Amino acid sequence: MIDGYNFAYLDERTKRMIRRAILKAVAIPGHQVPFGSREMPLAYGWGTGGIQVTAAVLGQHDVLKVIDQGSDDTTNAVNIRQFFARTTGVTTTERTRHATLIQTRHRIPEAPLREGQVLVYQVPQPEPLYKLEPRRTETLKLHGCEEYGLINVKLYEDLAHWGRVETTYDYPVLVNGRYVMSPSPIPSFDNPKMHQSPALQLFGAGREKRIYAVPPYTDVKSLDFEDHPFHVEPQGHACALCGCTTSFLDEVVQGEGERLWTCSDTDWCREQQEGAA
Amino acid sequence: MYIAVKGGEAAIEASRQLLASARRGDPAVRELEVAQIREQLGLLVDRVMAEASLYDPELAALALKQARGDAVEAIFLLRAYRTTLPRVAATEPIDTQRMRARRRVSAIFKDLPGGQLLGPTYDYTQRLIDFSLLEPAPTPVRPEPVEGCAQHDVGFDRLSPNGSGAKATGGDGAGEMRIPNALDTLADEGLIEAALPSEGDPPPPDITRDPPVYPLPRSARLQMLARADEGWVLGLGYATQRGYAHTHPFGGDIRFGAVALEIVPDELGFAIEIGEIDVTECQMINQFAGSASVPPQFTRGYGLVYGHGERKAMAMSLVDRALRADEFEEDMTAPVQQQEFVLPQGDNIEASGFVQHLKLPHYVTFESELQLIRKLREEALK
Repeated sequence: MIDGYNFAYLDERTKRMIRRAILKAVAIPGHQVPFGSREMPLAYGWGTGGIQVTAAVLGQHDVLKVIDQGSDDTTNAVNIRQFFARTTGVTTTERTRHATLIQTRHRIPEAPLREGQVLVYQVPQPEPLYKLEPRRTETLKLHGCEEYGLINVKLYEDLAHWGRVETTYDYPVLVNGRYVMSPSPIPSFDNPKMHQSPALQLFGAGREKRIYAVPPYTDVKSLDFEDHPFHVEPQGHACALCGCTTSFLDEVVQGEGERLWTCSDTDWCREQQEGAA
Repeated sequence: MYIAVKGGEAAIEASRQLLASARRGDPAVRELEVAQIREQLGLLVDRVMAEASLYDPELAALALKQARGDAVEAIFLLRAYRTTLPRVAATEPIDTQRMRARRRVSAIFKDLPGGQLLGPTYDYTQRLIDFSLLEPAPTPVRPEPVEGCAQHDVGFDRLSPNGSGAKATGGDGAGEMRIPNALDTLADEGLIEAALPSEGDPPPPDITRDPPVYPLPRSARLQMLARADEGWVLGLGYATQRGYAHTHPFGGDIRFGAVALEIVPDELGFAIEIGEIDVTECQMINQFAGSASVPPQFTRGYGLVYGHGERKAMAMSLVDRALRADEFEEDMTAPVQQQEFVLPQGDNIEASGFVQHLKLPHYVTFESELQLIRKLREEALK
């Protein structure tokens, strides 16, 4: 462990402030709670919100997993995992089922989460309406009045124009029947995993200074229309490593323009390969 | 006395002497060498070259020394010097696919031909002040680069010959290396707009010689953005990410390294290489567009700067794409989409000069204002 810094980098008062924001967020599922986001030793946009949330809830006996794009081995995940290893000394793992706390960027693990696990999302833009109304003074009112006409019209226009919803990631969801929420830029493929999840889902947006949450066993509904229900379109490929056809796949470009598909969730892929062996 | 009725010349001379001693700082501390600035403040030197639009690391370092580290002042010095240089020739367009890349990343594929080459970057460091740097290292260290050591091993070696394919560790002349543009594979499928010259392939205007007439073609806009103030471009690019003319960007291909400069002398009629410069290029993939006749395609934003400047190149590509709003018939909702807002105000030498000219005496014009406001108040109080 690195000398001269408190456990998990932040001082205890800051962590307590963040935990208060998290408690409020859990009490009002899907509602964005402002918090006194701190300057962190990693760049904004690289997970400062998720890191602060993780730092605030991580305990000595936690087992930490960090993924980016579903993989433990991507540069940013490696860096964040090393950061917490250096500043807390907690056990880290690459196994979804062994982790008590998983920090993620852009994916939800394929293996179903269980009670007692915490999933911390890194959120670049917590405001689900920002592309339609960039002024946060206005979006605050829209959420307050449960006025979601803008986003419904956007979905309708997509359907009228393209015949389908144009959003493929960060697909907005309605949480607990009340707040429209950004699920962070996970593929819409992952959206159904948020619904009634036994795990606690926490969302940290450092640059935008917001925290929000989905408590365990909460309804999370992807926005849609009765005659155009939300659905996930299969990618139509199998993983070249494990043969899985139900996971989200990365497209890897080979020479001569050839393509290869592999599980984006590398731990899931390992499990499938070991299970088949 | 600030308003010196007489004696201005002596005061100015005294001010210059004070500046010279302020620049030198404590004489007990050893004087900075230009070579030290060039070698150890390389990113600052690169920024000065980029915004001065003059590629000369030695002079950029000197300008920084003279400007006491003020980047905009150093850019100013270098631009003023640039004015004095004759233009001998125009090079052929640089070919960034033949770059000797020291860094190349693509965010859109896990692995791809040419590989992910991390190179020197702060991206995966933890921003913890390294107090050991307070003292000079006991012996100068210059580790030999390990072959492919900065190559991000994505774990596909047994499947993909590309993963570890790029041997371009840079600096040692690895011979002819071609790193295909990550966007090419998408272009081959028609998934992204083709990068084609404008109708008739006209020579680009020279923004340093031709006064701008708006609307400017993209070739002129890119020139202006390439030397626009990094902070300005960064703020505008960031605004697009926060909803002010959102463009759905993905970092398609970002690379830094050396490219060859070639000219075709009249007497030879074929291209010869005259040297190399370092550049950073960003090819952004953006929001798709389509119409009744054209199926949807991703669109492009482009950024290129001298030296190593990823922040600037990436921000530039976001602003470039936002400025193409009219081309794609997008709603004009934000300042970043307006050429006449983005481009002239982005020149930090022009901006710095005019903002700070307010320090110059204005007492003649101000006296006229004083007379007017006194009259108005007299009338109002009657």
